[in-house]
Amino acid sequence: MSDVHDFMPLLQRARASGDLEELVRVVPYSSFLGLEMHVEGDRLVGTLPFLESNIGNYSIPALHGGATGAFLESVAVFELLYRSDTATLPKVINISIEYLRTARAKDMFSRAELIQRSRRVATVRAVAFQDDEAHPVAAATVHLLLVSPEELHRD
Amino acid sequence: MSKVDIDALDPEAKAALLKRLDQGFAKTVPHNLALGLRIVDLDATGCVAELPYDAKLVGNPDTGVLHGGAITALIDATCGAAIFLAMGEPVRIATLDLRIDYLKPATPGRAVRCHAVCYKRTRSVAFARATADVGDANDPIASATGSFMIFAGQTIKMDVLSPVEEGES
Repeated sequence: MSDVHDFMPLLQRARASGDLEELVRVVPYSSFLGLEMHVEGDRLVGTLPFLESNIGNYSIPALHGGATGAFLESVAVFELLYRSDTATLPKVINISIEYLRTARAKDMFSRAELIQRSRRVATVRAVAFQDDEAHPVAAATVHLLLVSPEELHRD
Repeated sequence: MSKVDIDALDPEAKAALLKRLDQGFAKTVPHNLALGLRIVDLDATGCVAELPYDAKLVGNPDTGVLHGGAITALIDATCGAAIFLAMGEPVRIATLDLRIDYLKPATPGRAVRCHAVCYKRTRSVAFARATADVGDANDPIASATGSFMIFAGQTIKMDVLSPVEEGES
């Protein structure tokens, strides 16, 4: 594709302004999910505002495990982007999600931590909560491959 | 009820079961509906669901590759359906954990198919594994394994697995 995004200027603007909206909206799926990212002090906080389209079970009602997993993955990716100078989106090598309690039909929040980063790979841990950060709803460990723009189209 | 024996069903009964399972899956679960997930096949080991390609689900705007989150939802939901089949009724289940390896990017423009199998269930826990591909089952894009809590006795009000009755097809 001709129109390859350079994330560096986007990242620089996001860091300078504290507004990640432009960065988040580059990823179409973020809008589908309803994802928002904000800066609080020196940390990023992801918000998954309640959307009916993210419900997985009407009778409880509870959010879909896929929506919760997608939220954690997204927050992990943006955490890595925000903390590193990379011109491209990292590729997910794998994700391991733990569902700790029912994700209720209301807003969910998440913070991620960059556990380790080498030249090629990063390990990020994201934790999601609803009412009380001390009682997480779900958590995920994500391994991400850092790719150069030239490597973007390779398997 | 026990496991549905797909191989013992005649083609009409199997088609009716697939239709009802798909309707319960696609229409009564808002997130599945939003993603366009459909159950497209059943076999003795599990079931197959499909995620259509959609530009709104793209995770990387430069490659057009679908976001991992959409694949996560596809895999989670297909494992759930495979467990319903293995249980013989749509009891309430909850994902305990799910681990997904991304083997290669999903080809842009292609639907993703997920084949999920419930390979073990106990009174409280079901274990499932799944693979996803874009047309060639021998060249999967993702491989996953998950465990799910079973809330026995809490049948979901979802008329999904009841269709295999006599005279109904």
